Amino acid sequence: MRHWWFPESASSYAGDLDSLFYLILYITGAVFLVVEAGLLWFVIRYRRRPVAAAPGAAEPKAYYIEGSAAAEIIWTMIPAVLVVLVAVLSQGLWYHLKDGAPSNATPIGVMVKQFEWQFTMAGADGRLGTDDDITRKDHLTVQVDQAYQLELQSIDVIHSFFVPAFRLKQDAVPGMTTRAWFRATRIGEYEVACAELCGLGHYRMPARLVVLSAEDFTRWQAAEAPPPPPPGGGGGGSGQ
Amino acid sequence: MTASTPTAHGPAGHADHHAEPSFLRKYVFSTDHKVIAIQFLFYSLFFLLVGGALAMLIRWQLGFPGQPMPGAGVLGDDAAPGGVIAPKFYIGLVTMHATYMIFFAVMPLLVGTFANYLIPLKIGAPDMAFPRLNMWSFWLMIPAGVLALAGLVVEGGSAAAGWTAYAPLANSPDYTGVTGGQVLWCLSIAVFAASSLLGSVNYITTIINMRAPGMVWFRLPLSVWALFITAILAILAVPILAGAVIMLLFDQILHTHFYLPAVGGQPLLWQHLFWFFGHPEVYILILPAMGIVSEIIANGSRKPIFGYHTMVYAICGIAFLGWMVWGHHMFQSGMNPILGTSFMVSTVLIAVPTAIKVFNWMGTMWRGRLWLHTPMLNAIAFVAMFVIGGLSGIFMASTPVDMYIHDTYFIVAHIHYVLFGGSLFAIFAGIYFWFPKMFGRMMNERLGKLHFWTTFVAYNATFFPMHLLGIAGHMRRIYDPNAYQFLQPLQPLNTFISVSAFALFAAQLPFIVNFFWSLFRGRPAGMNPWRDNGLEWTVPSPPPHGNFAHTPRVLHGPYEFSHPDTVEDFLPQDQPLPARPGA
Amino acid sequence: MGADARPQFRMTHGRQVEYGLGVYSGKLGMWVFLCSEVMFFTALIGAYIILRWGSSQAWPDPTKVLNISLTAFNTFLLICSSVSMVKAYAAVSHGDQRGLRLWLLATVAGGAAFVGVQVYEYLHLIHAGVLPSGFREGGEIMEALTRAGLPTGGHELFGAAFFTMTGFHGFHVSCGVLCMIWVTVKAFRGHYTQAHHEGIEVIGLYWHFVDLVWIILFTIVYLF
Repeated sequence: MRHWWFPESASSYAGDLDSLFYLILYITGAVFLVVEAGLLWFVIRYRRRPVAAAPGAAEPKAYYIEGSAAAEIIWTMIPAVLVVLVAVLSQGLWYHLKDGAPSNATPIGVMVKQFEWQFTMAGADGRLGTDDDITRKDHLTVQVDQAYQLELQSIDVIHSFFVPAFRLKQDAVPGMTTRAWFRATRIGEYEVACAELCGLGHYRMPARLVVLSAEDFTRWQAAEAPPPPPPGGGGGGSGQ
Repeated sequence: MTASTPTAHGPAGHADHHAEPSFLRKYVFSTDHKVIAIQFLFYSLFFLLVGGALAMLIRWQLGFPGQPMPGAGVLGDDAAPGGVIAPKFYIGLVTMHATYMIFFAVMPLLVGTFANYLIPLKIGAPDMAFPRLNMWSFWLMIPAGVLALAGLVVEGGSAAAGWTAYAPLANSPDYTGVTGGQVLWCLSIAVFAASSLLGSVNYITTIINMRAPGMVWFRLPLSVWALFITAILAILAVPILAGAVIMLLFDQILHTHFYLPAVGGQPLLWQHLFWFFGHPEVYILILPAMGIVSEIIANGSRKPIFGYHTMVYAICGIAFLGWMVWGHHMFQSGMNPILGTSFMVSTVLIAVPTAIKVFNWMGTMWRGRLWLHTPMLNAIAFVAMFVIGGLSGIFMASTPVDMYIHDTYFIVAHIHYVLFGGSLFAIFAGIYFWFPKMFGRMMNERLGKLHFWTTFVAYNATFFPMHLLGIAGHMRRIYDPNAYQFLQPLQPLNTFISVSAFALFAAQLPFIVNFFWSLFRGRPAGMNPWRDNGLEWTVPSPPPHGNFAHTPRVLHGPYEFSHPDTVEDFLPQDQPLPARPGA
Repeated sequence: MGADARPQFRMTHGRQVEYGLGVYSGKLGMWVFLCSEVMFFTALIGAYIILRWGSSQAWPDPTKVLNISLTAFNTFLLICSSVSMVKAYAAVSHGDQRGLRLWLLATVAGGAAFVGVQVYEYLHLIHAGVLPSGFREGGEIMEALTRAGLPTGGHELFGAAFFTMTGFHGFHVSCGVLCMIWVTVKAFRGHYTQAHHEGIEVIGLYWHFVDLVWIILFTIVYLF
């Protein structure tokens, strides 16, 4: 049952997102309790009870009141203040999620189609589009505590790159390049899911995101690097 | 006070002018708003059943993935080989479940049935401004419904891109595997749009132009206000959907490329157009429900609605703000993040008029003398459940939190708390409340309460756990969650939800039995069984053609319950407020 | 209330009602309907504007693809039919039945001619290879543009948007012409009088709206 809540948090901003969620939960939870308790109380307290009235007498009456300006003002202002607070507190994190990638973030190319992910990881040179890039299907390997900038492209329909453990989600839209960034904070293996209906195989597009320590990552990179191009020949293809 | 003005078209006068119409004219091709409303009622209840049945199939697959479903043989080998629901059929199910529920059940119920039935009666009019147009608005729903159902039986299956039909998925069979079904979906929406348009023109014109003397704007019942504002929303929003769907249809059949990026079309264009319609649409789905709930809570509390004027302004505020929030469906779409901020601000603000309404309903019940009849129970449940739906919306309004919960079951929970916990409970409330007026017979109170309690419990058992699924990261529209390791531990929750959903479906049986049995054997209702103030309760049940023998003269607002100077604890709008004693 | 204030009640179909907006139902209903039409065309025209001016490609120059002078003449025809509509309404307001009938016939003629010219234009364009799916390779227009070194990017969207917008407008005009024929028949039967000619006003509203949409479409699609 411990799985019936947030997955572990494994990115630098996951904790902040969870905290914001909890803040909203406390605020909405309080309102929820007030309203539901109020309703329940009213139903019990003000339920009409049969009155032994004199024959021919009319129904006993409720309290006649048309409203209260004071009450209206109070229950307008308090919700207004609370929701604006939520918006204001959210803005910082939103800006960080969208624009907070450090300038030294390593690029990752994500090419998604029905129904698989293709990841192109920069090789040791830290740049995409060079000969040492490593391309894998449904498998992404990164180094812990290192920032990565994703460039997402879709070949066919809209998909959405979703890493629950990172709290990261970004739609990949054909005809556009969308961007997202993360820094993994825990070593481990995490699942990537597609979070936008993309056709029959939408349900079976998992990918593995592996976070390695610095040494393990360097070792992995060296082992996976494509062979250098033969002298005078064309570039080697990347292994699968 | 003087008697109300006699008219040329009271029931007696009417009979002199026309010979008794044929059965076809009276019950089939009728221009009487009450008959049309009842036609809409049967039509929508049918689609509610179909939509619910599709949901049962969805829940079978999620609760018992990959297992053959009892009785699934009827679905055929394409949809369910060996009785196991196939992935393509599954996506068709989620698509058509939402499509039927939104366009063919809830909208025709709120804006077809209740708008048609209540507006002329509650404003003191003999019928709608354009009775023949009204008849057309119902009859157009027949081809729309046929087109919508046809998808289930054509080769290649029904539309399978979600009810939101995102481009470019919806544009090509290469992406969905669906050929005719997607085109049929577009056509059914287009015809639906025409029907909706005719209805809205009628409601707006009727409310502006045909109010009885004394029925000034701020004496209108809140249900009429809500239906009026809803009709304005529909007039402005539904044509946008029509335009968007037509361009989608042309992409499918004329090889245009409006939404296809290969030659410069824009998938996001579809999202902007669809949600620019789609957000006002959800207010179309909830405002009439709120109006109905206001009537019933005031009646059940035997008290005036608390803050009537504020309630009107809140309806207008919700409708107005509803135009400015559409981007909150697109926070993760690749849209400019600055727009994310602006839409977040406008979205959180909508919580304010909504909160005002909730507190005013509570204020109405406070110190009331609560008559907990079945409509009242359903109306109170609306408030309790809609609040949950509204509060869950605040999580989504926060753009960063939405990054996580977008396209998860948290959204599905929100949708169903506002649409079922909200709209549908209000619809049940309205049916139980106005059935006596429509058919002259009471529904059975015991069966009504049984229906209410079983539905209430099963409904919460079904949809509340979906919040947990969403928090755990469970995505939407997923045929088999077990394809993901992180979702496998959630299977027990999914199974629990499915079993609760089956119970929820079964819980509707008392309602169906009650409805049909009461049509023929219900206790005769009399003119005003709920001791209510609306003008509809001043005429016989059911009202005659032409509604009012004499044009009513409206003397005060509709919520004079428990007035200190009246004899009874209610006062119909055409009865004078007594002079103060000793004045 | 002052004596010159608007009345508290109106009469409609023999019943007293609240004053409302002081506009009879037929006209009010038409105004409401036209609001929805505005939204419909806004969706189509808005999509066109976004696709065209949000595009990174240089779209074909409409003046090189479409027959501007013919369409300008067609626009003039439609405007004339709006004028004749106004004259028809003025005639019946003054009890001039003959004027009503003549001007209605002129309006029908103008509207029908507009549709006819549009159909002719469509056939010509399709023959020259301009289709909803774009300009056909090897078609007359595509050849002409390529030979002249003019941009052809976005031609698929150009074709799509052009036919959708003008097609739906043409559909609205056609429906208007059919209604106008029916109104004209009723006018010949003496259905409209000086005292009661609401139908003329209501269809006139629709007609002017359709004309206005065309002027906007013509400007945006043909001239820019």
